[in-house]
Amino acid sequence: MTADTTAYKTEGPGAAARRGGGPARPPRRRPASSTRRPGWTPWLYLLPALVLLGGLLVYPIYQLGLISFLEYTQAQVSGGEPTTFQGFGNYATLFGDSQFWQVLLATVLFAAACVVATLLVGCALAVLLTRVRALPRLALMMAALGAWATPAITGSTVWVFLFDPDFGPVNKVLGLGDFSWTYGRYSAFALVLLEVLWCSFPFVMVTVYAGIRAIPAEVLEAASLDGASQWRTWRSVTAPMLRPILVVVTIQSIIWDFKVFTQIYVMTNGGGIAGQNLVLNVYAYQKAFASSQYSLGSAIGVVMLVILLAVTLVYLRLMRRQGEEL
Amino acid sequence: MTTRTLLRVRRPGRLAAEAAALVIAAAVAFPLYWMLLSAFKPAGEIQSTEARPWTLAPSLDSFRRVFEQQEFGRYFVNSLIVAGSVVVASALIAFLAATAVTRFRFRFRTTLLIMFLVAQMVPVEALAIPLFFLMRDMGQLNTLGALILPHLAFSLPFAIWMLRGFVKAVPEALEEAAYIDGASRTRFLWQILFPLVLPGLVATSVFSFISTWNDFLFAKSFIISDTSQSTLPMALLVFFKPDENDWGGIMAASTVMTVPVLVFFVLVQRRLVSGLGGAVKD
Repeated sequence: MTADTTAYKTEGPGAAARRGGGPARPPRRRPASSTRRPGWTPWLYLLPALVLLGGLLVYPIYQLGLISFLEYTQAQVSGGEPTTFQGFGNYATLFGDSQFWQVLLATVLFAAACVVATLLVGCALAVLLTRVRALPRLALMMAALGAWATPAITGSTVWVFLFDPDFGPVNKVLGLGDFSWTYGRYSAFALVLLEVLWCSFPFVMVTVYAGIRAIPAEVLEAASLDGASQWRTWRSVTAPMLRPILVVVTIQSIIWDFKVFTQIYVMTNGGGIAGQNLVLNVYAYQKAFASSQYSLGSAIGVVMLVILLAVTLVYLRLMRRQGEEL
Repeated sequence: MTTRTLLRVRRPGRLAAEAAALVIAAAVAFPLYWMLLSAFKPAGEIQSTEARPWTLAPSLDSFRRVFEQQEFGRYFVNSLIVAGSVVVASALIAFLAATAVTRFRFRFRTTLLIMFLVAQMVPVEALAIPLFFLMRDMGQLNTLGALILPHLAFSLPFAIWMLRGFVKAVPEALEEAAYIDGASRTRFLWQILFPLVLPGLVATSVFSFISTWNDFLFAKSFIISDTSQSTLPMALLVFFKPDENDWGGIMAASTVMTVPVLVFFVLVQRRLVSGLGGAVKD
């Protein structure tokens, strides 16, 4: 895509002089900022990014789609057997498998639960942060940053350990004896949800808190001078100003939680007993890398891609409706 | 400052809010505390079913076990190399790209922006399959490059998207003044714009650092036979055993893996908060 888009832009008249750029250049007033006659400069700046994204994102997406239409198993990958075109065969297999629908449903419900929990906790704590003095605020901020910074894999192992039936403190405190959280389907999902909530609410909290703080003091002062109550100020001033931020954190949470991989993989040991805790991501991975059914794994990947693309389109529409300029 | 005083509730409510904040902070920090504690507990206490929240005989045995495990130090260095390369390269590349899309008007600019946005949504895990074949064809399997390149590509769209606000915030008059003073475009870019955008770059780097440092999937799928090229998450898995997990080892390894990120976070914490505010405000 880089090649043909650059081709159409010819160098602007100022380009040669700009490249010369030395002290000899006459001190002629340039057009304000680079917004006029940019020539090829923006494309030069974009080049490294476009090359990387083209090679490592766009091309793999194309490959993903392609593989999903082929027969691609161990025999083709290392056995040198010819690949055959399957049309929608892989998709037919996939959609005909009741496990796929079960995993899809579990993925959507699990992601939705994570998003709702993350947003509620994150926003509530952001508001809480604005109401406390510096010391408690620092404590909560630091604890949240700690949870946020914890790598997904260590977070997963620590949470599994906390809820370990034999050595974990949680069962002791709750008096659950040797109840195994990872054994049952719902308790395992609940445990993963807690971990996901723990490591993802800080993003929402910090962002929303930063958003509240960024509201100009004059606006709030004006509201209070006009005699607005606290509630009224929140409803008519704060909330509308926060809406763009809330959209951002919601969409980011949807995207992240829909793609949870490490937590499920590590905490439920690859998708739970008999695959009861599989989500699409882990399902695709297991199909491709554990059972070498690369085409089926790719087809699942395509389904995920389509779902996330739909989320993105909604996001774009929301942004457009708010009149945000790209 | 006035914002804060205005938002503050000056009533007994505040004390309750502060108590709640402290309790929640303790609960949120508890898993990390438990990780540290268990890493320092002697083996006997870990195996005990009492699960005491303190230890009277801290020991470094678990850490010793971790570092004596073959090549753990090497995994650590590999993780640092991968995350470091991604942070530095993606910061530079994203800075250039963000400058292009915010300070120039050109055809396909909006299209590109939308593409960067869409690119953030791409499920990395789904791309593991084609990327595996791509890395194989490029001869990158079992090398750190197989981890660096994909992560670079994945962190770029978000980094560009986030940096946009910071680059936009630099007044155009400044650019004009620089040109009038005879600065070249390159000089403006690196000597004026870059330092001004640096706080934003720091905030952005946090995200690329974390996503790369955390990577488990690619390390698991792309580094198959040459374990000397492996990264920390793989080292952690060694302590999971089918019969009985070595929890002391797991917690010590987790500690070693978490501490660098924590340090990084604490260092950039202020900038991160203001950075997020700046990025989403615009």
